[in-house]
Amino acid sequence: MKLKSWKELPEGAIIPGSPTSGEVKTGDWRTQKPVIDFNKCTHCHLCWLYCPDTSVLTENGKITGFDYDHCKGCGICAEVCPPRIKAITMVKEEL
Amino acid sequence: MAKKYLEIRWHGRGGMGAKTGALLLGEAMMQQGKYIQAFPEYGPERRGAPVTAYNRIADEPIRIHYGIKSPDVIMILDPTLLNTEKVWLGIREDTVFIVNSGLSPEELKKKFNIKNKLFVVNATQISESIIGRNLPNTPMLGAFVKATGALPFDAFLKSVEERLRMKYKEDIVEKNLKAIKKAYEEVKEA
Amino acid sequence: MEKGKFIKMALTGNEAYAYAMKQINPDVVAAYPITPATEIVQIFSKYVADGLVDTEFVPVESEHSALSACVGASVAGARVMTGTSSQGLALMHEILYIAAGLRLPIVMAVVNRALSAPINIHGDQSDTMGSRDSGWIQVYTENADEAYHSVIMAIKIAETVNLPAMVMLDGFIISHEMEVVNTLPDEAVREFIGDRKPLYNLFDFDNPITVGPLDLQDYYFEHKRQQMEAMFNAKKVIPEIVKEYNEKFGTDIPAFVEPYRLEDAEYAVVAMSSAAGTMKEVIDAWRERGEKVGLLRLRITRPFPYEELRKYLGGLKAVGVMDRAESHSTQGGPMLQEIKAALYDLETRPKVTGFVFGLGGRDFDDEQANKILEMVKELKDGKELPLYSFIGVRE
Repeated sequence: MKLKSWKELPEGAIIPGSPTSGEVKTGDWRTQKPVIDFNKCTHCHLCWLYCPDTSVLTENGKITGFDYDHCKGCGICAEVCPPRIKAITMVKEEL
Repeated sequence: MAKKYLEIRWHGRGGMGAKTGALLLGEAMMQQGKYIQAFPEYGPERRGAPVTAYNRIADEPIRIHYGIKSPDVIMILDPTLLNTEKVWLGIREDTVFIVNSGLSPEELKKKFNIKNKLFVVNATQISESIIGRNLPNTPMLGAFVKATGALPFDAFLKSVEERLRMKYKEDIVEKNLKAIKKAYEEVKEA
Repeated sequence: MEKGKFIKMALTGNEAYAYAMKQINPDVVAAYPITPATEIVQIFSKYVADGLVDTEFVPVESEHSALSACVGASVAGARVMTGTSSQGLALMHEILYIAAGLRLPIVMAVVNRALSAPINIHGDQSDTMGSRDSGWIQVYTENADEAYHSVIMAIKIAETVNLPAMVMLDGFIISHEMEVVNTLPDEAVREFIGDRKPLYNLFDFDNPITVGPLDLQDYYFEHKRQQMEAMFNAKKVIPEIVKEYNEKFGTDIPAFVEPYRLEDAEYAVVAMSSAAGTMKEVIDAWRERGEKVGLLRLRITRPFPYEELRKYLGGLKAVGVMDRAESHSTQGGPMLQEIKAALYDLETRPKVTGFVFGLGGRDFDDEQANKILEMVKELKDGKELPLYSFIGVRE
């Protein structure tokens, strides 16, 4: 990507068109990725609640999977999944 | 340096209104079309501590900005200050003294060895009897106008009235004007 | 308003500042009182309480918060003003850079006062000299009248180039001295300053923006270069706005510098603020004796008027630079160093010496002014002088 010159930037160091955080794909920071077993998942939404990157996807009250474009693989979702359920496991990213 | 400015130095004590007196005089002189300066010398001011304030009056803009070292007129709001060294700094033969005191001009001259032109008014007694406390600044201004003839008395009264009205209630304004008039009438020269 | 038909008022420096603010009628004022600038806040809050202005007045618990609140309001598109002095300005220090970096045209009325320690409430310029690299436009005024007009002009200058501006006057010497101030009618002031057209507006919800994001090695430098462009632009804009003001109202306020009796001068002093007034009068007396001496009053120090300094000082034999502040560098006050740097590239340049005077409000009088002129004259006549001297201090 070509970086802009000082003449091309908006003045005052602002960023127009907020929010722009979605444009930064943080998924490639991951070394492990969460995988969910829907046979075990009770859709309690604890993972959704704790995810620091809002990368747990939900639809009509049901967990549907992960936003791998932005999930950094921190593993908090797997950690907070209740001990008797353990529907989420962290697996190594394969190239 | 040619004398371009009329320079007045006030000596009072914290709470006597030396600064306000200088401001009132400055404003009145401005309304006469003069250029003016009115400023106090700030130290660690407390009620009772000696206070100095200054006026410069001129026909052209005043550019210098420092204390008055050799005044043309000296206003003493508290006669005990005549015992302090500072009052006597830069006093010339032609410096005019205006002093708030219950003593007669002759007695005062003798007591403090004053050889200058001297005007005396009992501004403390006037303010205590009319205003209700020792605020000699406004009566001293009445004495100043009489002593120097620097501006017409009516114009002066009008200016002071306007300025005081901006800040004080009607009866306080009236009392101050009354005190000024009384001092104007009672000031004695020696 | 008919040109030159001023409304004469007897005002102290602080009253003149507050009155100008009343006429400007800013959207937001956030301020915290500090001697000797307290009256600015006090008088202005009275205007607010009396309903004479439409300003949202934000009383805060410190100067750091005062300027932070100003930044927030300015980001939202408001016209914002504040006032402070000395320790208050020091406490604002980190926010000064933020206001400038975000390109917010906040206008601040500063009453110059010495910095602690030892504690002192009187006038010197150590406070604003300490902020000279913060990115603010800096204007030093000689008296209450000039301070009044300069604050009004500062609004237009700041909002044209989108940089904050501070206007200075000397603590107590001017802030508490009543003088004749030639004021303008309210509508003349408002017509001159017009409305603020912000670079951006956080409250424009249809066009959302992020203000103050992280800016690292990849873009910080570009933004600083851009900020400098605004300061380069200020050099062009300031004389235009000052000229427009003078022509419109009949004032006679110089832009960056005021040359005084320099026409055929062989030597001169550079002075700022109220000390320049005293110096002018003393120079008149020297001129009467046939001395070819003049004065250059330095009025705006950011942006720094090096072209003007070269133009007026370059042909002289000797120059004395007066600083009412120390730089603690051991090579003289801040303006001595900057003026020397401005003259360095000239093929022929005057000999230059410096004077530090008036610290902590020490009265600067005709005696000291004469002493300075005598020393600069000696320098002109070939005498070796130290890098700089202290004037008015007991040895």
